[in-house]
Amino acid sequence: MKQPSTLFDKVWDAHVVKQITDGPNVLYIDRHLIHEVTSPVAFLGLDKRGQKVARPELTTATADHNVPTKDQHLSIKDELSRNQVDTLEKNCEKHDIPHYGLNHQWQGVVHVMGPELGLTRPGMTIVCGDSHTSTHGAFGAVAFGIGTSEVEMVLATQCIMQPKPKKMLIQVDGDLKEGVTAKDIALYIISRITTSGGTGHFIEYSGSAIRSLSMEGRMTLCNMSIESGARGGLIAPDETTFEYIQGREFAPKGLDWEKELAYWKTLRTDEEAVFDTEHHFDAADIEPMITYGTNPGMSVKISEPIPSSIDVEESERASFEKSLQYMDFNGGEVMQGKQIDYVFVGSCTNGRIEDLRAFSQFIKGHRKADHVTAWIVPGSRQVEKQAKEEGIAEILEDAGFVMRQPGCSACLAMNDDKIPAGKYAISTSNRNFEGRQGPGARTMLVSPLMAAACAIKGEITDPRELMEELQEA
Amino acid sequence: MALDKFQKITSAAIPLPIENVDTDQIIPARFLKAVERKGFGDNLFRDWRYIKGKEPNPDFILNNEKHSGEILVAGKNFGSGSSREHAAWSLYDYGFRVVISSFFADIFKGNALNNGLLPITVSADELAEIFALIDADADTTFSVDLEAQELALDATGKVIPFEINAYKKECLLNGYDDIDYLINMKSEIEAFEANR
Ligand code: SF4
Repeated sequence: MKQPSTLFDKVWDAHVVKQITDGPNVLYIDRHLIHEVTSPVAFLGLDKRGQKVARPELTTATADHNVPTKDQHLSIKDELSRNQVDTLEKNCEKHDIPHYGLNHQWQGVVHVMGPELGLTRPGMTIVCGDSHTSTHGAFGAVAFGIGTSEVEMVLATQCIMQPKPKKMLIQVDGDLKEGVTAKDIALYIISRITTSGGTGHFIEYSGSAIRSLSMEGRMTLCNMSIESGARGGLIAPDETTFEYIQGREFAPKGLDWEKELAYWKTLRTDEEAVFDTEHHFDAADIEPMITYGTNPGMSVKISEPIPSSIDVEESERASFEKSLQYMDFNGGEVMQGKQIDYVFVGSCTNGRIEDLRAFSQFIKGHRKADHVTAWIVPGSRQVEKQAKEEGIAEILEDAGFVMRQPGCSACLAMNDDKIPAGKYAISTSNRNFEGRQGPGARTMLVSPLMAAACAIKGEITDPRELMEELQEA
Repeated sequence: MALDKFQKITSAAIPLPIENVDTDQIIPARFLKAVERKGFGDNLFRDWRYIKGKEPNPDFILNNEKHSGEILVAGKNFGSGSSREHAAWSLYDYGFRVVISSFFADIFKGNALNNGLLPITVSADELAEIFALIDADADTTFSVDLEAQELALDATGKVIPFEINAYKKECLLNGYDDIDYLINMKSEIEAFEANR
């Protein structure tokens, strides 16, 4: 009889071309996504070695990190950014790689684009020179971020060398409380297992609370896997997954669909399979979460105060204090009621149509606080189009918001969308590192619901308070 | 394409006793716009190293003349966050050949090894010991022997053995890289594709 195995084992093992003795696995890659920032040096390397791209048809490119979110039809003003975007285009042309660049109807943040085109499917191995490739794990794929040398490996050979990670189970059971979203689950988990708790592991998320999530929610959760240090995170595919994929541009059709579907249905962890590490959480314990520090593990329930130095282990105290100093917060303070300056809604974590829907439903009938600057950035062209068709853009405008054009934007502030030094930004993205949203910027990570509540009130606000008001009205 | 072979090193070390140093600190995103692998060392730790982007910050360790060397010693969970290989490039380009910490983030570790930069994992106690030695004497040296997989604290004579995957060790010692290895495997890869 076959050894019981986990979903991760099944997908990984099916892709091992070779196990190097005392070394890594040579792993075959089904889908390679590339973007303008981490690919140019890989293409240069390829040229130097006189190599061609092995499987251009398994490679897909888009421009996202560096693109402006205004006036995309004009040429990019920043010379270096423009050069990077142009270089990607040239490299793709030269190597016959499908490229959905600026102004293409499918352009978008790479991890929004892949799933929405049906390029991401269960049982695949997917890599991209970007750590949030973990997003695609939501479909039951083994997906992880790689460095530029590895991008070059995949371009040249469609393979990569990786040691097989350990396996971690994170199970969340029970019903999620009102106002609690996938983003809150992610922040909650990282606050419990820390930003290095997942290192060396690949996570499988399971339990009734996870099953209840939409595909968008699952992507939000898997997206943040890397913030716990894990290589990636995945969720066994089910009807929700199949329904999402069916009919998308590159999804299998007809007989192919039937065949694939039959295979996808086998993709689950066997009852007896063993994980190296397990964590179990109760959904009822999760509240809307917000970060107060400078890594995604430093978050609290909105009803809880910021921890004090004395609550922190001695070895970590210096880093903790440095972090609070950067944020200009004090241990023991409550987050609610603190004034904010900026709101950013977007990124590969929360820039999908469901996120914009949730945000717009929430603000409908309210006004943005006057002192708040808000950037609402759709994750892709398709999200942008759909938001317009569904009337979301209009709701936003009525409430004093403007929708920008798709890209990574203020998530990493490589383009002009930078939060000024010292300003407080409420952000639906995934990283609150020092300077991530601009030198000196102070980021607080939240769900789209909390972002909406904060944008309306102009201060940190528990979204449930406004929900109550809405219900009473 | 051959990397430089990893040689034995004896050097003083630069201490960075901060935990969770993420790759956005090692090299901020706005310096990732190059299309060539050149000059990243200038922007290493840019926002910690310079005040308002220009003036050297006297409080930052790289600007402290007392400290120099090819070895960086950093707090737990070094290299977390973004997968940008630019982080490894900038450390290497600045002149580091070894990073010592009690814990490395996975992607950074892989990137470092792919670029001839050796990450050495030591225990939390050993890390504290190393910081204390540097604190007592900025010129204290450490010797790294990859062949023997040993880190020596020269001041006390203590030798700390470290782990490294045998394949990766061979690559570093000989300056091989994974890409050449995979290119030489092409027929095996094609056979794998044909059998799926
Ligand atoms: S949206 Fe942010 S996290 Fe996602 S790929 Fe872009 S820069 Fe990276």
